[in-house]
Amino acid sequence: MSGAPVRTQGPPAGTLKELSRPGKRAFSLPRLDVPQVTVSAEFARAQAAPLPEVAEVDLVRHYTRLSQMNYGVDTGAYPLGSCSMKFNPKIAETVAGLAGFQRAHPHQPDHTVQGALELLWRLERALCEITGMARATLQPPAGACGELTGLLIMRAHHTTANGVARRKIAIPDAAHGTNPASVRLAGYEALHVPSDARGLVDVGALEKLVDEDVAGLMLTNPNTLGLFEEDIEEITRIIHGVGGLVYYDGANLNAILGRCRPGDMGFDIVHINTHKTFATPHGGGGPGAGPVGVREELVRYLPLPMVERDDETGAFRLEHDRPDSIGRTHGFSGNFGVLVRAYAYVFLHGGDGLKEVSERAVLNANYLAHLLKDALPLAYPQGRPMHEFVTTAKQLKDAHDIRAMDVAKRVIDLGFHPSTVYFPLVVEEAMMIEPTETESKETLDALAAAMRQAAAEAVTDPDLLRQAPVTTPVRRLDEARAARQLKLRW
Amino acid sequence: MRFAPHTDDDVREMLRAVGLSSLDDLFDQIPTSVRVERPLDIVEGVSEMEILADLRGLAAADRHADEMVCFAGAGAYDHYVPAVVWALAGRSEIYTSYTPYQPELSQGVLQALFEYQSMICDLTAMEVSNASLYDGATALVEAVNLARSTGRDRVLVSSTVDPRYVETLRTYGRGGGYEPEIFLAPGGRGGSPEITRDVAAVVVQHPNHYGILEPARELFARAHEGGARAIQVFDPLSLGVLAPPGELGADVAVAEGQVLGNHLSFGGPYLGIMATRMDDVRRLPGRIVGETVDLDGKTGYVLTLQAREQHIRREKATSNICTNQTLMAVAATVYLGWLGPRGLEELGRQCAAKAAYAAERLTQLGGVELLFPGQTFFKEFALRLPRSAIEVRDALIERGILAGVPLADEGGLGLLVAVTERRSREEIDRFAVALKEVLA
Repeated sequence: MSGAPVRTQGPPAGTLKELSRPGKRAFSLPRLDVPQVTVSAEFARAQAAPLPEVAEVDLVRHYTRLSQMNYGVDTGAYPLGSCSMKFNPKIAETVAGLAGFQRAHPHQPDHTVQGALELLWRLERALCEITGMARATLQPPAGACGELTGLLIMRAHHTTANGVARRKIAIPDAAHGTNPASVRLAGYEALHVPSDARGLVDVGALEKLVDEDVAGLMLTNPNTLGLFEEDIEEITRIIHGVGGLVYYDGANLNAILGRCRPGDMGFDIVHINTHKTFATPHGGGGPGAGPVGVREELVRYLPLPMVERDDETGAFRLEHDRPDSIGRTHGFSGNFGVLVRAYAYVFLHGGDGLKEVSERAVLNANYLAHLLKDALPLAYPQGRPMHEFVTTAKQLKDAHDIRAMDVAKRVIDLGFHPSTVYFPLVVEEAMMIEPTETESKETLDALAAAMRQAAAEAVTDPDLLRQAPVTTPVRRLDEARAARQLKLRW
Repeated sequence: MRFAPHTDDDVREMLRAVGLSSLDDLFDQIPTSVRVERPLDIVEGVSEMEILADLRGLAAADRHADEMVCFAGAGAYDHYVPAVVWALAGRSEIYTSYTPYQPELSQGVLQALFEYQSMICDLTAMEVSNASLYDGATALVEAVNLARSTGRDRVLVSSTVDPRYVETLRTYGRGGGYEPEIFLAPGGRGGSPEITRDVAAVVVQHPNHYGILEPARELFARAHEGGARAIQVFDPLSLGVLAPPGELGADVAVAEGQVLGNHLSFGGPYLGIMATRMDDVRRLPGRIVGETVDLDGKTGYVLTLQAREQHIRREKATSNICTNQTLMAVAATVYLGWLGPRGLEELGRQCAAKAAYAAERLTQLGGVELLFPGQTFFKEFALRLPRSAIEVRDALIERGILAGVPLADEGGLGLLVAVTERRSREEIDRFAVALKEVLA
């Protein structure tokens, strides 16, 4: 296999603006059937907005061509570590388009949206069962927003329980960038916790670092190296020992579905990325959804409104009367359309199917790691990977001046989307690989062959890698120029 | 229903390759004390046709804007979504892709976002737009964070800003260390906020929560005299007829972009729009796409100014946002391409004319009057009813009309009515007749 699986043919890609001709139009509106009104000069727009003027056929061909220059999960394997880019079932799109969901107005009264509210209620129950939490808000529209929501809950807990919010949140050095950024937005300082030689939290160092100024700890498990934090009970005990709370970043939940639960490990607050674990399409960067579950004693702080069920009548309602709530974290009730898709995924699989998801995800990662490890060494070879693993191109860099990004770019020419590169930051020349459960053995064999070929060519023909990719609509782009000579609009 | 494509032989062969004898062995490193030894208490998996039946059942329990005539607004509007929008934004090469970290494989999404940023600038007369935020309310939070990053502290918000936006600000303000302060707009618009040296931002919604046009130029000039940033919450579909934020003097313009080709979808996924002046480009949160060239000098697009972002700057980033609402931004781009300048203007004229006609018809009924008489509105207006607005709304739902959104204040008598280009004269007349019956 060779050649990038995106379109390279056809005329050069101009912008829609370049297709614009005065007098062309795509829009059609009904004839105005009420008296015209005039907007007073005080408020009126003086000059028409300089938007492009195109016909509908121009629009269709332009964006169809752009779509052909884009790689999605439907195009092929997408082994971005930490992103869980699994297959997105088509039925999820069908059900999200049902009029009762897609055409429901968010200000409709509760009695007219009983179906939507029941869906949220059932999904919340399932997510709580999966994570071992008491209740969950489905409102945060993405994982990072879930993190901030969880930290604001921590803040409310400490302020209420101890009279002070405390100052610091501990985070491992291998954490996602959103963690420290969320910590600051919640009014806390990040306290960095080192990893040990195993690639796990250095428990001794953690114990020395934390004191009663620490509001909590944020952790993924498995961690960002794809390794299970075996000392998790000790870690949560240490944090609870100083009165802190432990936050589970759900980025890697796909590894443990039905095998173990954050609540049973001692976590107090959990967020879930539905676009990772529950296959809601990532949309080229979003929308996501970042539900947050909490232990019983933190339920009072969850955002408002919450979906409640009247046990006598069975009627569902959006409850706004929650005096201890941290408040609203989204304009309405979150990315409902995404949650419909997550619901479809969870209940298609059921409890048994979700367990199979994590089994196959971990099997795929271990198999791929096995196929790659002599070509691209594992960063932490002594630990068994869970759903993802980190290899390093350090040897190629030292011996042949070939960097992880060069390997990634060559993999593009060999027909695949490459892995995540340069993350986590604690591994030099990191290549972080997550195949997910929906890649077949044949695909993994082909992906491994491509990556092994690229690593071999780094030795035999390094220029091939430095020049790559050559089969894509554009070659390597000048990012320094983009940042220096800002051109952010036409 | 399962989606993992392995055969039983594949599983055996793969286990053998990695030197394990069972799938359970893959999870050996999990301490036994934290394992779940029972099946998850979630019903057994079902087939595709069963999940479809389940979800059809739930969806059928909802009323919706295809079988009710929708006059509800207050931040989410029943504008028409042309077929072309999701025919294109729904192409799976786009909707099943990740954030464009590998630009050579992502030119489609990157160029579409560049076009989105460009069209938002065309629309607003602002100088730069980011590539989307979550929704209008959280975009306002980011705008306030931008204003407060200048070192000033206080945030003054007009009493005519959507209360959901204020609630959202209040939530995140607890982390940011501020409490939004409300200044009164007597008569439903205006007001005279006092801009002291510690005021970071003055927030005005125009058209405001009640649909009324604000004296935005004066309020923004006042903010600037005191050295504060002027933040405008705007309605993108008002800008075919109303002067854009950039001309009114706004420093930061934020909006709910649902109206640009996105479905009502019970409140999300929507689109947070944020545009500023170039002076503030390095304070902008979120992704920004820039044009550049490749090794051969060919034009291409990349994520740029990433030194602002969380994956590079970590705790010093301008925001924690990572996943945004790219797909909704792509839909908005196609939608704005469909409208063009003349469609935008015609749509704005129709909304204004139909809202004016509706207000005229409804206030002819006994006891029904405008909450703020004499004020100019765009596509939405507030009524004072002679009876509980919640009761009236519920009674009208029984007649197939979603009459609007009851206002929290005004003794329960206020009803906010929105009229988009989709509403016909006949539907508005039907609304008036039904309201008359309900009030009789």
